[in-house]
Amino acid sequence: MNEAHYARRKKINALMFTLTAICAAVASGTLLAILGYIAWKGASSLNWDFLIHLPKPVGEKGGGIVNSIVGSAKVVGLAGLMGIPVGVLGGVYLAEYGRGKYAFAVRYAADVMNGVPSIVVGLFAYALIVHPMKKFSALSGSVALAFIMIPIVLRNTEEFLRLVPGTIREAALALGVPRWKVTVLVIVPTAGRGILTGALLALARVAGETAPLIFTAFGNRFNDNGWLNPIATLPHTIYTYAISPYEDWHNQAWAAALILMAFVLLVNVTARVWLRPSSGTSH
Amino acid sequence: MNPTMDMRPMPLPAETAAPVKETKIAMAVRGLKAGYAGGAPVLKGVNLDIRENTVTAIIGPSGCGKSTLIRCLNRMHEAIPGATADGEILIGGRNALDLDPVVLRRAVGMVFQRPNPFPTMSIAQNVAAGLVLNGVHDRAILAEVVEKSLRRAALWDEVKDKLDAPGVGLSGGQQQRLCIARALAVEPAVLLLDEPCSALDPIATARIEELLIQIKDQLTVVIVTHNMQQAARVAEYTVFMLMGEMVEYGLTRQMFTKPSDKRTEDYITGRFG
Repeated sequence: MNEAHYARRKKINALMFTLTAICAAVASGTLLAILGYIAWKGASSLNWDFLIHLPKPVGEKGGGIVNSIVGSAKVVGLAGLMGIPVGVLGGVYLAEYGRGKYAFAVRYAADVMNGVPSIVVGLFAYALIVHPMKKFSALSGSVALAFIMIPIVLRNTEEFLRLVPGTIREAALALGVPRWKVTVLVIVPTAGRGILTGALLALARVAGETAPLIFTAFGNRFNDNGWLNPIATLPHTIYTYAISPYEDWHNQAWAAALILMAFVLLVNVTARVWLRPSSGTSH
Repeated sequence: MNPTMDMRPMPLPAETAAPVKETKIAMAVRGLKAGYAGGAPVLKGVNLDIRENTVTAIIGPSGCGKSTLIRCLNRMHEAIPGATADGEILIGGRNALDLDPVVLRRAVGMVFQRPNPFPTMSIAQNVAAGLVLNGVHDRAILAEVVEKSLRRAALWDEVKDKLDAPGVGLSGGQQQRLCIARALAVEPAVLLLDEPCSALDPIATARIEELLIQIKDQLTVVIVTHNMQQAARVAEYTVFMLMGEMVEYGLTRQMFTKPSDKRTEDYITGRFG
């Protein structure tokens, strides 16, 4: 081995290693920077009153965002009730029975859906529900979010079901158990944690969606009233406050962002910690 | 589905005919062809008798179709997409290929190459799984079946104090005996084992061989093995398969001492395989 050649190779190695380390730091540093900045800006306006009071009229100091917190919980909760079952059952179909052209089409459609801009999904929910009902509503917002959740949950469910070894399926079939019972009582529970984790992550993802809610849930300065009326949601309130001309609202937008982010982070961490003991796979 | 189907035993090689004790046929395979859509046939017309309350070993080199043959017996072969099977597998006077596979598999249980306990279930739940999944929920009955099956699988003494521990926490050999207990719990008439010891050490293997010899009093055992010594140790009857055909079938001691086919002799003396 040529000494000079070797030294040069070592140098290039050190250089490339540094480069990868810097890129990795940029990737994780961005998250830390966002978290830190929002915490710093939001913490000053964050207090108990902010969490439990309605917004004050324009021009008055103070007021809270309780309507947005409750509204987000309702809209995201209903979206989950609609989107998770459809996604999970569709994923079961793809993993257990999905062969041939139809399955290919479903899988392909889910992947394309995943990439559809969320504002387009919002427009679709507007055309589907808001327009015929002539009214913005919590329901239409939930439908828009459910459309975003379905492909995520579906593909995730399929992936985790495919991780269940074929030998487990064989073991159950060989006991004289009908195919559908094998799927429902053995395969799905074996993949259960992964499926649930995926559903939680999908919930966290749509909890932060703003665009699909602009012309569906629409926003509301007061406590919401049922499922068929406009409703305030956290991301939409942040958007409204942030583009307003009032300094006080800007501060409240930061505080609301902090709450939203804390919620998303909490769900994410819970989901990932939960997943770990069942299998080494991360997503 | 024809109840008059012929289940008379096939003639054995001449020398073995005399010492065979009179045994009923549990399963009779006639002209069985099997394979995969678009591929070369794996089984090219196999004829075979499986005698009640005996252990029958299926031996042969890799790729000879011995696993496909045993998987046809409870139609697990068809669980693979594109698999085909044609011919007759007679059990109780009916052709298994015409039966509902779910019903057939309750009568013909199976243990696989690698231990495969259900990962979400405890030891007791694993054993009871066949019953619970088919709707039996009476705790007293289940507890009784769990103990009985674990005893038959020679595992009870090792696990009786930790029945609620996860099944996958056991050692490989214990897991395989757990799988045997799970298969026995549904009271099959025939138990199929597809190279059950290939992932186990010699001590775990010996325990499984012992228990096979014990349980054959209550049911019929068919074991695929790539280990000729294992066939010699556990099986009264041995089937030698080669390239999708049944070359020789007879009493094990006869086959290993005085094989009637040259190819059998070549295989058991280690000239190929």
